[in-house]
Amino acid sequence: MMQGKAKSYRFSFILLLGVLLFTWFLNISSGSVNIPIKFTFSALFNGEVPVDSWKYIIWNYRIPKAFTAILVGGGLALSGLLMQTLFRNPLAGPFVLGISSGASLGAALLLLGSSLLSGFVVFGFLNDVSLVIAASLGSFLVLLIVMIVANRVRDTMALLIIGLMFGSVTSAIVSVLAYFSDAEQLQRFIFWSYGSVGNLSWNQLILLASIIFIGVLLSVFSIKKLNAFLLGENYAQSLGVSLKKSRLLIIIATGLLAGSITAFAGPIAFVGLAVPHLTRQLFNTMEHKILVPAVFLYGAILMLLCDTIAQLPNSASVLPINAITSLIGAPVVIWLLVRKRKLLF
Amino acid sequence: MEEQKTTIEVKSLSIGYKNYAVAENINFELQPKELCAIIGVNGIGKSTLLRTLGKLQPKLSGEILVEKQLLENYNPSDFAKQTSIVLTEPIASKNLTVKELITLGRQPYTNWLGSLTTADKKYIVESIQNFELEEFTGKKCHELSDGQLQRVLIARAMAQDTPLILLDEPTTHLDLYHKVQILKLLQQLAHQYSKTILFTTHEIDLAIQLCDKILILDGQENPFAPPCELIKEGCFNTLFPSEMVKFDVKTGTFKVNK
Repeated sequence: MMQGKAKSYRFSFILLLGVLLFTWFLNISSGSVNIPIKFTFSALFNGEVPVDSWKYIIWNYRIPKAFTAILVGGGLALSGLLMQTLFRNPLAGPFVLGISSGASLGAALLLLGSSLLSGFVVFGFLNDVSLVIAASLGSFLVLLIVMIVANRVRDTMALLIIGLMFGSVTSAIVSVLAYFSDAEQLQRFIFWSYGSVGNLSWNQLILLASIIFIGVLLSVFSIKKLNAFLLGENYAQSLGVSLKKSRLLIIIATGLLAGSITAFAGPIAFVGLAVPHLTRQLFNTMEHKILVPAVFLYGAILMLLCDTIAQLPNSASVLPINAITSLIGAPVVIWLLVRKRKLLF
Repeated sequence: MEEQKTTIEVKSLSIGYKNYAVAENINFELQPKELCAIIGVNGIGKSTLLRTLGKLQPKLSGEILVEKQLLENYNPSDFAKQTSIVLTEPIASKNLTVKELITLGRQPYTNWLGSLTTADKKYIVESIQNFELEEFTGKKCHELSDGQLQRVLIARAMAQDTPLILLDEPTTHLDLYHKVQILKLLQQLAHQYSKTILFTTHEIDLAIQLCDKILILDGQENPFAPPCELIKEGCFNTLFPSEMVKFDVKTGTFKVNK
């Protein structure tokens, strides 16, 4: 019977993969420079391209960007799924644990705090790499604190509230820093907080991909435990799940996924929260063996689409991707809340 | 005479929380095929006892032996093969289907990814059939009535295939018919499948009629015996303050003082 079930989802998976391929191609064929679809193809397969720069644009700008979008969307969506199951709360996501706020704090301290430590930090040092390091450190600092608290506090709802409080504290510190910093620094921070998947080189992309690979691997190892958590922590324990170890494993997976993504691409809202719910509409199951890959694919597709829209085809301007994901994500969350009056997570 | 197998043995157990004991001096032992109710007034520690026996909460002192082995010597996954539990708390995700929920009962036996073997599937199908849940398998848990959900939760515990099954107030929120249905089912499970079943309840009348043994939690003596003996010894008379309700020895029920 389970096999029959797996078969019926095979079609959905093929569909998702097909859509992913299509959106990936759509994403690389659109951008500020108008490259006809025919030549996008030939550039991809090493054919003849009339303008040399087109090939360069596609291989060194658009393809890394498309892969970044896949990693960012899939990783954020997966971390959202992990959080929702762990916290038994349909509105949980990487933001709720304070991981994203931690990254913001790291970025803010570097970008805005440099005026306070002006003797220390040379302004020219502020390149993208240091930003990534600062944001990663910030998110892992919060993650570390959350993990220490998680070992002391048994109740996950309390942990959720602590995560929210962390978010408030960090955003308050960011506001204070913003108040004392000058316009140029503030502008840099605001641009980072808009989110972007387009600034990664191939090397950075490989680094991001490796971290996300580890996060996905840890998630796959948590699948059985995640299923047990669907019954609640006491039941999970009675099924032989070691609570502390499993919670730690899931939190580390989330931290790696959400932390690295926020560091490289900025805080991108709503993907982690909304995609697991959208996926559950297509896959009518709570089995994480199905949900983990499905959520990753779904998130990747959504991110590619959002980035394609943000690109504003054939124009030079790029909209902040955080705005696009919010525009799509917020209505989904409202729809969920309205529906939740009748339906449970 | 054949040597009796003891599923669970409890010796001078105290339960409670860090700073204070809820109940002390608890002693009992149960064999396979025995259905036992834990009764007592609200707040006396029935649920605490059940959670302690289910290894969800540490004991204060004393010994608990499940299948002749101390509770603290079990690692989590081995213990899950000895004891299954049905709690009063609602399950976290009511979006689970009946079949998915019952399948989770096989977790202690499956591999790291939770893949089901033929044997696992057999247990699941058997559980579904035993509890007459065939028509519900595809339904979500939030679509079920309280009585149906309770049956599904017991079916999950059954699929876990453990010698000992603990249930915390399996009959609350149910009407008399469904209360009797659930308790008859537990009795049948214990006798047919040689399970040891221990549950907390407020249905003293029904427990007297259906259970093989009863443990009365009163915090001091904690008498444990077959129901008839407990009646003879007058243990039920002092359970509640006598100005309100009185135990009628002849009928084995409680009567309100008029």
